[in-house]
Amino acid sequence: MSSPLHIAGAGLCKVFNRRQVFSDVQFQVSQSERLLITGRNGSGKSTLVRILCGLLTPSAGSVVIRWGHEVQEVERPGVIGLVAPYLQMFEEFSAIENLQLAASLRGYPFERGRAEHLLGRVGLDIKRKDAVRSYSSGMKQRVKYAFALLHRPPILVLDEPMANLDADGVAMVREVMEEQHQERILVVATNDLSDCPRADAQVNLDGRT
Amino acid sequence: MAFRIAVGLWLTLVVILSLSLPMVARPEHWYDLPIVPGLEEKARILFFHVPTAWLSVVGFLLSLVYGVRYLRRRDPEDDLKSATSAGIGFLFCVLATVTGAIWARFSWGTWWNWDPRQTSIFVLLLIYGAYFALRSAIEVEEKRGTLAAVYAIIAGVTMPFFMFIMPRVLSSLHPEPILNTQGKIQMNATMLILFLSSLAGFTGLAYWMWRLNVRMEVLLHRHHGQSGA
Amino acid sequence: MAAPEVIRGSWLRSVGAVFMKDWRAELRTRYAVSALLMFVVTTIAIIMFSLGSEEAPADVLSGMLWVVIFFGAMSGLARTFVVEEERGTAMTLQLLTTPGAVYFGKLLFNLVLVFGLNLVTIALYGLFVNGFIIRTVSIFVLTVVLGSAGFAAAATILAAIIARASTKGTLYPVLAFPVLLPLLLAVINATRLASEGAAFSEASGEFQLLVSYIAVVIAASTLVFDYVWKD
Repeated sequence: MSSPLHIAGAGLCKVFNRRQVFSDVQFQVSQSERLLITGRNGSGKSTLVRILCGLLTPSAGSVVIRWGHEVQEVERPGVIGLVAPYLQMFEEFSAIENLQLAASLRGYPFERGRAEHLLGRVGLDIKRKDAVRSYSSGMKQRVKYAFALLHRPPILVLDEPMANLDADGVAMVREVMEEQHQERILVVATNDLSDCPRADAQVNLDGRT
Repeated sequence: MAFRIAVGLWLTLVVILSLSLPMVARPEHWYDLPIVPGLEEKARILFFHVPTAWLSVVGFLLSLVYGVRYLRRRDPEDDLKSATSAGIGFLFCVLATVTGAIWARFSWGTWWNWDPRQTSIFVLLLIYGAYFALRSAIEVEEKRGTLAAVYAIIAGVTMPFFMFIMPRVLSSLHPEPILNTQGKIQMNATMLILFLSSLAGFTGLAYWMWRLNVRMEVLLHRHHGQSGA
Repeated sequence: MAAPEVIRGSWLRSVGAVFMKDWRAELRTRYAVSALLMFVVTTIAIIMFSLGSEEAPADVLSGMLWVVIFFGAMSGLARTFVVEEERGTAMTLQLLTTPGAVYFGKLLFNLVLVFGLNLVTIALYGLFVNGFIIRTVSIFVLTVVLGSAGFAAAATILAAIIARASTKGTLYPVLAFPVLLPLLLAVINATRLASEGAAFSEASGEFQLLVSYIAVVIAASTLVFDYVWKD
């Protein structure tokens, strides 16, 4: 039985300024599965993550997302949620305003109730009105989770999922990961294998240049 | 090899002839050139100015075409060709500006008077300058080619407007080109042949320079690729 | 988990969100607006001091007005793209929305910014610069409206280009001047006609040029913006 939700990468390679980061990477992930991307620092994990999310064009190869039909580029924002160290929030705005932007920039209506609930769930104070700029790095990471989860993304991509988080935060992330894994797709890129103990598919970028 | 020698000989011949053939009021012999009233001997600049102006525009258009090709195919050689075309176009644009200023001095006494043609060539010079300034401000190869091509497109698209607005702004001091409208050719056959030969010769020279530069750039590019990590 | 019927959001809402984000950020900090206002005030003060009590001829004054506007635009219109690069939020926008929505949202922002800026510039210029008189108001009003739109159109795509380069500030006027030159000539000419009291129809050539310039630049920008914006 083929699942309606599916992401596949084939023949992916990336060259930056004549230096090859990786070549011939492929993966296939279906609904209720996890993809784990591993590799040393500098092996290109974040590059692969960005290509997967449509933020970077590969030098060769392609990423195809299916959700019933083949997902077009203009639809990709609605399908992907990303948490990464290099994904910046809009720091001049407050947390709730960032969530508002997460909805309205995608062209979706903003559900304030759900947004506030989500902020509570990731461990943030919903009454806080000051700009994200003043938050600690741990809190910024929590904002990023709320930001990514607001539209219930079928594909959740986490690059260094536990970065900057305390024990509570780590527990929250494990819950999120478990929930995502139930019915949707989870992609985790990390150095630390304990972040994602079980994986259905794996890409190891070491020694791929 | 043969091409290079042919172009060299051709241009040398053209230059010698354009500077030496007599200009008489009533051309009788086949080698006589007509006198252009007001310019007389100094009209010889025509043989040099017009080809350089022509090539500076061609250089820009070629740069644009290769730029668009680069956007679609992402082949680095297209970007190299785009940059080379711009480089040669820029060179000829400088020459055209200088020869144009000389012509202006001969015709109207001042080196520069902001008439439509002189201003146009100056604007083209500015566009070339901006193009190269942009290229040198971007380090990532792929981005450099992309953004330069995009700028060439935007500049190219606004250039025609310049042609429309200029006549409304200033009355033109540029003499009616003596080889344009149907029937109004005030050149005699000899002059026309010499003029077209000069055009062909300079185009040949530019083409040779272009090809040489492209070959060199492609080799450099490949060599870098192999020696880089 | 079943596929939904519609994944993509409303494009208009996205455009509005891009605009509102920049607008609200600007309202809060007022960085750009105050700097721009100071720039305009200072420039006009310099012009006043240079002129003294002399009255320059109409065409010179028309030209100078648009020179001030040009440099005001160069100071302010690149900001909307440059701050995204500086703050690292360009990638966030790429993740959340389509390039088209980003372009039109920021074009809209620049339109509003340049209109506001020009109104202030013209008001100050008219009040304080000797001898600047507009006799045919209709020509002048349409010139300002179309000229501002033209500035916004050209400035926005060029801002997107230089935001990806390294020496942004100095590069911007260098790239912008040849592209804006036809626009500048048209608006300067039209302003001169307006201050000489010409009939409205005399400026129709300029207006036609301005309208087609705006259309062509926006059309070309929408075609190439994807290449500039995407990595």
